[in-house]
Amino acid sequence: MKYLSEYRNKEATLSYLEAIAGKATSTWRIMEVCGGQTHGLVKNGIIDLLPDTVQMIHGPGCPVCVTPTSLIDKAVELLEGGVIVCSFGDMVRVPGSEKSLLEAKSSGGDLRILYSPMEAVTIARENPEKEVVFFAVGFETTAPANALSVLHAEKAGIYNYSLLVSHVLVPPAMEAILDDEHCMVDAFLGAGHVCAIMGTHQYHPIAQRYKVPVVITGFEPLDLAEGIYRAVSQLEEGRYEVENQYARVVREEGNLQAQAVIEQIFETGEREWRGIGSIPGSGYRMKGSYDRFNAEKKFGIQQRKVVTETRCIAGDILKGIKKPSECEHFRRECSPLNPLGAPMVSSEGACAAYYHYKSESNQA
Amino acid sequence: MKNKDHITIAHGSGGVLSRELLDEYVFAAFSNPYIDQKHDGAVVPVDGQLVISTDSFVIDPIFFKGGDIGELSVNGTVNDVAMCGGIPAYLSLSFIIEEGLALADLKKIICSIRKAAERAGVQIVTGDTKVVEKGKGDKIFINTTGVGTLHLKADIRLQRVRPGDRIVINAPVAAHGMAIMSQREGLTFESDIVSDTQNLNKMVEVMLDRFGEEIHLLRDATRGGLAGVLNEVAEDRNIGIHINEEAVPIDSQVAAACELLGIDPLYVANEGVFMAVVSESVAKEVVELLRKEFHQTESGVIGECTESHTGKVVLNSHLGGKRFIYPQIGEQLPRIC
Repeated sequence: MKYLSEYRNKEATLSYLEAIAGKATSTWRIMEVCGGQTHGLVKNGIIDLLPDTVQMIHGPGCPVCVTPTSLIDKAVELLEGGVIVCSFGDMVRVPGSEKSLLEAKSSGGDLRILYSPMEAVTIARENPEKEVVFFAVGFETTAPANALSVLHAEKAGIYNYSLLVSHVLVPPAMEAILDDEHCMVDAFLGAGHVCAIMGTHQYHPIAQRYKVPVVITGFEPLDLAEGIYRAVSQLEEGRYEVENQYARVVREEGNLQAQAVIEQIFETGEREWRGIGSIPGSGYRMKGSYDRFNAEKKFGIQQRKVVTETRCIAGDILKGIKKPSECEHFRRECSPLNPLGAPMVSSEGACAAYYHYKSESNQA
Repeated sequence: MKNKDHITIAHGSGGVLSRELLDEYVFAAFSNPYIDQKHDGAVVPVDGQLVISTDSFVIDPIFFKGGDIGELSVNGTVNDVAMCGGIPAYLSLSFIIEEGLALADLKKIICSIRKAAERAGVQIVTGDTKVVEKGKGDKIFINTTGVGTLHLKADIRLQRVRPGDRIVINAPVAAHGMAIMSQREGLTFESDIVSDTQNLNKMVEVMLDRFGEEIHLLRDATRGGLAGVLNEVAEDRNIGIHINEEAVPIDSQVAAACELLGIDPLYVANEGVFMAVVSESVAKEVVELLRKEFHQTESGVIGECTESHTGKVVLNSHLGGKRFIYPQIGEQLPRIC
């Protein structure tokens, strides 16, 4: 685990935090895009250690949180129809309009919690009489592995395998947030893992058009402190550039091989974001040539009317307009065991991060 | 499948095969004056107040790095008796076996039980064996009940926990749960992580000999992990508990596996870790004892009980930030990326 302990170094992190306090002369609001960063900030107590002049806004970068209810309903429908549904762990507890995948499993569905879609292909090979669907949720980060699983299945002639796709893309979401009339974001910490795949070049137009600094940042305490420092420096100096704090992982061009795999299987298209709405060009869908691996086509699942959650303020949370602790249901009717909405379920959701880690004195 | 190699329904019928199974596998392994009576129960001598605990073991996989279900079924119950301040002496042993279990596997499990019982200094005095049809169980379930006598110097009660008490733990956290998880179907990462399963009764006995009433509370951090037991104590006693993140020992490979899977080690199950709430005056000596006499080299004081934050467990992060440690909600689910 080289590269982990170094980036948890106490002295180095604290000296950046001190430098931030010295640098910030006016109040700045910085949005960390990725849910992993939200957790890093809250878990390490960094938010408490920032000066009052720097406020963190927790962004939409939790793929589970933005997966629409209608898609969870589709997965539940498949599960109840006898299909083996495979999913990452976070997804299984998110409530659909009637039930979550975990609840559908309790009534007899064959749900498998996996770490890799390749395991789902193996399950398909071992169960030729059954249909196996992988719930392909995620940002650009998980898209290459999901695409690769399809290529692998095709090569091996495993046709009882398909993907239920809910891939979302970061740059269009950032633009949607900046276009919102209530937007309060002065700068972004860009999502390190997403950029490892896609590179940093997509962010230059955003930085220039909206005059907003974007610092691609990692997930460890030192990464986060340095990322915030760099963002504050740009703001104080009136710059708005794309900087790469996470250079040990992220290259300007990204991972070209991974991008090629994505392009082979997926194309961009309109996608619905839970709590935010439909954003043009903000997601991946499977290309027509891969229809036989596309669960929506294969099982003829109809687009349903989306049930909107009346009590969960996920949209305001994901856009950074409200903090979890400002929601009247937080810690009352809404908890990880009984979530009203997705941000309370996923380990990367802002509400769950606040619930698990934020100390009471700092919740206001 | 040859019947002579595997458990069949007939092994649980009470007939000839049942008798053979008991004689060859059970009675042969656990000979002592009590079980040798081959009666329906055991008549055993005791001296003092009785401490009793029972537990069922349903772990999958039944064999894992660092142990198996047999060893676990002895250590788990022995440790529960020890956590009450008891000195465990006798165990009952019940098997519920799924038809089709390899007799060789049963033999291995019984061998582990014998060795674990010897290490813990307890005797298996009575038991039961049932066989269920294929699909009605999962290879083998084991129930053990432990009986012991209360240590004469023990006064282990929640009410004795008070502000200023120190929290001592004996060993690094999260090894058992991660050993199991790394071997479970569907998870293919390779690791050398081994379960920490061990009997704790000898340590507890010497701690009580030496420090008696200065030991206020003992809990083993099994399911729900260290976070689980800390929260139970904080809530039930309505006291604050402050933990220093840096003081909680964890093996670097276990930490890496937790990191990889997105799991918080404080919530991962242990089978050889206990938490002792002790008077401040003896905390360091307790640690020394565990380190020097029981090779618990990672033992340490990880925190203390406070008047502030009643009912809550607060973790001081290594950066100096604070966060609450809440009881686990549902099961821990691996994260997406």
